[in-house]
Amino acid sequence: MSKDVSIDPDSRVKEPSVSPEPESTPGPTPSVSRPTVGQAAAARSLPEQVGHTITLENMDAYYGQTRAVKGVNLEYAANRVTAMIGPSGCGKSTLVRCINRMHEEIPGARCEGRVLLDDANLYDPSVDVTAVRRAIGMVFQKPNPFPTMSIHDNVAAGLRLTSKRSDDVGQLVEASLRGAGLWDEVKDRLDTPGIGLSGGQQQRLCIARAIANEPEVLLMDEPCSALDPIATLKIEELIYELKQRYTIVIVTHNMQQAARVADTTAFMLSGELIEHADTEKIFTNPDDSRTDEYVTGKFG
Amino acid sequence: MSSGSGPVALASTSGRRRRTDRVMRIVLLALTLVALVPLVLVIVRLLGSGLKALSWKFFTTDPTGSFLGDPGGIKSAILGTVEIIAVASAVSIPIGIGVALYLVEYGRTSRFASVVRYFVDVLTGVPSIVFGLFVYAALVVTKVGGSGFAGWKGALAVALLMLPVVTRSAEVVLLLVPGGLREAALALGAPRWKVVARVVLPTAAPGLITGSLLAIARGAGETAPLLFTAAIVQGTTYNLNGRMNSLPAQIFADVGQAQDRLVTRAWGAAVTLVTMILILNIVARLYARRSRLS
Repeated sequence: MSKDVSIDPDSRVKEPSVSPEPESTPGPTPSVSRPTVGQAAAARSLPEQVGHTITLENMDAYYGQTRAVKGVNLEYAANRVTAMIGPSGCGKSTLVRCINRMHEEIPGARCEGRVLLDDANLYDPSVDVTAVRRAIGMVFQKPNPFPTMSIHDNVAAGLRLTSKRSDDVGQLVEASLRGAGLWDEVKDRLDTPGIGLSGGQQQRLCIARAIANEPEVLLMDEPCSALDPIATLKIEELIYELKQRYTIVIVTHNMQQAARVADTTAFMLSGELIEHADTEKIFTNPDDSRTDEYVTGKFG
Repeated sequence: MSSGSGPVALASTSGRRRRTDRVMRIVLLALTLVALVPLVLVIVRLLGSGLKALSWKFFTTDPTGSFLGDPGGIKSAILGTVEIIAVASAVSIPIGIGVALYLVEYGRTSRFASVVRYFVDVLTGVPSIVFGLFVYAALVVTKVGGSGFAGWKGALAVALLMLPVVTRSAEVVLLLVPGGLREAALALGAPRWKVVARVVLPTAAPGLITGSLLAIARGAGETAPLLFTAAIVQGTTYNLNGRMNSLPAQIFADVGQAQDRLVTRAWGAAVTLVTMILILNIVARLYARRSRLS
């Protein structure tokens, strides 16, 4: 688990450490019907790997003069799903966008503090921002496949956009689509446009596109908010499979979703991190009264 | 009306309101018809006077300049217009799209970008003869390149005219590319130039082509910037540094002549020019339909 992460795409060698933390801690998530068939399929396409820890130290994020995130300290454990919950405008999306340095793309936006991927500071001046984003994949709220590209090219876009070489693009595309649970639905029409798929399929295509980059961490910013319940269920099953391989952070407005998919849950309010604990504890016995009020629906 | 017995009393439409509505509809329809009258007359006159001039020979011979014998056709004018527009497009379209890319992808809301945007708007409104005058003063009088009047100087004047049109339309199209696509590409670790080259430009391509074709159509019909930059000649030339004929200039020269057959040649040239521009417009519309942006 203490393997150094070098922010360099070419030297990322995935070697299982000696004692990977087994899937021991039985998920504290309450009463979730865990997919079993899908799990076996995932094990075939995505070999388990040891994920990496993300640590936020004193994160502040600004939009111009507005301070949207206030001094957050938080650790995202490796191979765990962490849900970020809180009312609209509480800064949870902003915080997550600081992790892959997408926040700074907004004109006038900036952030302060440190984000560590294992031990490497992502905001170190010597770090190439494109390497950070390759190491930390992101899935957005609205499915956004590239409209000019086929399904195949969408998945391979990460390679083409970063000039990375792959010996077998076809194999990578297939593995990524299998990993995103989309292969069987699209394998006969890889050359058709990605925007011809349904919304749920488009979102899984975006997940395939993200994991084709072989990231260490996967950020999901309300990935199901534009999807219907069936498509949402598929994505949630997928998240459960993907954590065998990645550290996952998911922003969600849907508390049932947090309860279903997340190992730990962080509650934010007005830019501050109020509480971060096992999901079960957050939803049944939180330490802070504001968390209790939020999860029981008294506000938000 | 409001003194109904029930709990809800809805007033009926008054006769005055109904009459006003009918009158206004008729007035607006009449105004539309008035606007259509000159348009239809232009087309009727153009076809009526111009079609009889058209023949294979009309398109394949140069004007002779002979007052008594065969006046010749408009080959040099067609080829001159094509050459001038080709050069003008090669200059103005890459620069215009480049400026638009700068404004949308890099300059965004910066002070410099808004100044550029303002000047592009001002340039759009500059009369075309001013561009001709500018090129005349800067390049023709000073005999830059060894010659006075020259095809490339006319092309440059047309390029100046097209530049703000291309820039403005390209900027609008680039702004239509959803920000989510740029974010998706950036989040994959793409450097900004690749986001532009591989995602933004291909997505915007049909719209950029449409805008460029409309700018070409606009430039192709301009007379004023050509009269005193490329001049009016008779022979076909492929030498861009020499005087070059063009359709608008040919029309300008012929229509003032005291001979009916020369005036007829002007009408024939006009039909040719309008047809060329019409084709550009149709192609532009076809590309616009392929666009997935709206």
